[in-house]
Amino acid sequence: MNTEFQKIDQAKFRFVNESERLHDKKFDDKPVGYFKDAWIRFRKSRASVVAAVIILAIVLFSFIAPICIKGHDQTFMVTTYAKKPPRITLLRDLGKKTGYSNRSFSARSLMKALSTGVGALDYAGNEQISFEAAMGSDYMPILEITGESKSVGADKSEVTTYMADIETYLEVGFIYKSIEQKELSNILAWEKEHGKHILYPLVENNEYCLDATDANYWYKSDAKGNPLTYNAKGTKLIKVKEYNPAFVLLDNYKRDADGNPIYYEFTGGGSVDTAQYKIRVLYINYYEYQYGEEPNYFMGTDAQGRDLMLRLAGGIKLSLLIAVAVSVINFILGALYGSTEGYYGGTVDLIMERISDILYDMPFIVVAALFQIHLAKKVGPIPSLLFAYITTGWIGTASRVRTQFYRFKNQEYVMAARTLGAKDRRIIWKHIFPNSLGTIITSAALVIPATINSESMLSYLGIVKLGSAQHTSLGTLLSDAASIWTNYPHLMFFPALTLSLLMICFNLFGNGLRDAFNPALRGVE
Amino acid sequence: MRMLKYVLKRIALMFFVLFVITTICFVLIRILPRELPMEKSQQELILARWEALGYNKPLLVQYGIYWKNIITKWDFGTSWYIAYRKPAWDLLVSRLLPTVLINVYSLIFSVPIGLALGVYAAIKKNKWQDTFISTMIIVFISVPSYVYAFLVQYIFYFKLGWLPLQLYSVADAGNTYFSWKMFHSMIGPILAMSFGEIAGLCRFSRAELTETLTSDYMLLARTKGLTKAQATARHALKNAMVPVLPSIIGSFFAIMSGSLIIEQIFSVPGVGQLYMRSINTFDYDVFMLDSLFYTFIGLAGGIVIDLSYGFIDPRIRMGER
Repeated sequence: MNTEFQKIDQAKFRFVNESERLHDKKFDDKPVGYFKDAWIRFRKSRASVVAAVIILAIVLFSFIAPICIKGHDQTFMVTTYAKKPPRITLLRDLGKKTGYSNRSFSARSLMKALSTGVGALDYAGNEQISFEAAMGSDYMPILEITGESKSVGADKSEVTTYMADIETYLEVGFIYKSIEQKELSNILAWEKEHGKHILYPLVENNEYCLDATDANYWYKSDAKGNPLTYNAKGTKLIKVKEYNPAFVLLDNYKRDADGNPIYYEFTGGGSVDTAQYKIRVLYINYYEYQYGEEPNYFMGTDAQGRDLMLRLAGGIKLSLLIAVAVSVINFILGALYGSTEGYYGGTVDLIMERISDILYDMPFIVVAALFQIHLAKKVGPIPSLLFAYITTGWIGTASRVRTQFYRFKNQEYVMAARTLGAKDRRIIWKHIFPNSLGTIITSAALVIPATINSESMLSYLGIVKLGSAQHTSLGTLLSDAASIWTNYPHLMFFPALTLSLLMICFNLFGNGLRDAFNPALRGVE
Repeated sequence: MRMLKYVLKRIALMFFVLFVITTICFVLIRILPRELPMEKSQQELILARWEALGYNKPLLVQYGIYWKNIITKWDFGTSWYIAYRKPAWDLLVSRLLPTVLINVYSLIFSVPIGLALGVYAAIKKNKWQDTFISTMIIVFISVPSYVYAFLVQYIFYFKLGWLPLQLYSVADAGNTYFSWKMFHSMIGPILAMSFGEIAGLCRFSRAELTETLTSDYMLLARTKGLTKAQATARHALKNAMVPVLPSIIGSFFAIMSGSLIIEQIFSVPGVGQLYMRSINTFDYDVFMLDSLFYTFIGLAGGIVIDLSYGFIDPRIRMGER
């Protein structure tokens, strides 16, 4: 390397660019600011983008679901169809099983379930339809017998247990209704128009009818519910204990003198308008007549018989609303408090820190419980829950803002601003606060999953009661399902899945935000 | 000496904060409306009881009585609804054992697994094992603990039938919490609690170890001839454990307060369940004591964590300026 710079001849020196003057060139591309920089970094983290998309999808779902369901809304409630699994008519039209659960049956209960489908087909009460022939019809609750096993029962006789997929909506079968004259004529008109039957023959209340209030016992049975049939000679009724696909049930319908079944019975009331009738309806068709649609619940129904999907959509909305409100309010309070103590320091800082210390050390569960007991009756459960969150929630944000203020308040640019005569307020909000914005936004984003989680926990524990006909929260849905979900897993599955997804995605999203705003923290959890 | 001064200062501060929170809780609880039962004979009895307990005196006098009873007789009030006329303190103490037991089991189960997974992920950083474990951490940390509880109940009770749905009562399990039968029924809540703990510990230890693995003294250790395994075991691991161990000690301390929701789901007769029942039955003395208990555990846990740093790594002196 040539190091003999001293010996260059002076004559060799000349000015660079003697002819033109040098200027700083203007940048051709747009400047990349703090937020743009963060956005570029955020975009690169694939997991966070996916999480953001899923969050967006869940939020969209909560708004679109009520629009897509035309027939009913969140408050719509049919108690007869409570706790039913998802039933999607589209799937059924495609030939898939829907709205069913797999259960075990004894021969007797299997025959009772089958009888509902047979009865629905045998409208006039004169067709001899066997179990086999009724299988696969639109009204047959037993979709498929998936297996059978034999075991020895208590009385040492052999007992057969069947496993079968049963359509729980059709399982409801027939019910008795008491209606007025006007509705009766409406039903008859509807039947004619749609070609479907709602009214089915009434059942004789005699020794062959096991339970006069259960409209599904339309066949002749003994006192234990075993179906009866004639013996080989046709002289005597004998009970049937074994399931036989070719078996034909004997109907126990009420008939008039000519042997035609009776479909409605006058029970009281004087004039034409107020006359009361007892009828026996096939509930699935009656439902269609009442609400203008077949039962179609994408996530099944809840414990009261409301559409779980719409309840879930409402729950997501309320939970997110609470979480976002808490996050925004904490953001504002924390920023105000933290910047005041951070900027002024000294005694102000000392006193304000002790106050937030004490609030911070109060367990949240205690605060929430006290607020619920004191305030819930006066201002309602949602505002009092918000108060509880706000009482202690801002402390984290405040301490972060405070740290940032300590970092920046003695920097040269702040001193310059102060020398130029800027007021405290201007220095705080124009010069220092924007520098701490990244940290606070990240913490505000992470407040959302924390709030959703603790809200659902409080609702689940019953400390907060947010459920009502109009609104519900994710935690309330879980808490409603808590005692019965073992028999109806869908009640727990959908809310728990949504909640878990939301939590995972918000955490990923928050981590992505943090990495984007503070690249130095990347990888440090 | 400086250490002792620091400890004393922290403890004094703790009692001050505890005192303030006690005051707040006391006032908020005592000004709650009290309801009389419908029956006439009962009403007289309860009115007489309130009079005797000083509920009709000014609030400040009531507060004085409350402290006097605690200091002179260690009397935190009486439970009137959950366990009739049983002192609140005795009630709390009797609920402590199952809570602590389940939490200790859960820690014993989750600490080794969490640490091992965290260390493994850190060593395999940026390989597929690390990616897999990190993804699992995010999933397991985000999902609320009661979802695990449902999963555990669903899989181990309904599908497999290996575990009971809820905790056996003490009478069923041979009048002791230490019987094999009791432990069997505790496996459910232990499992449900452990998932989150494992994930949390794994995340923490992984983050700490990755940081130490890239530090300068590791480079020095490698240059002086140690193998990677030797350097990791002797230098990185020790330094990484400095913040991890206090957090484990902290959770050993915090386990007293238990998990409200897990106790509710598995019907564990613990402190959390007592708290829920005291809220629902308005058993105010128990509610008050339990609130104090939670506050105390939180405060004391903080001190223990801070102090343990100094014991684990003598280079760290707490309270230094």
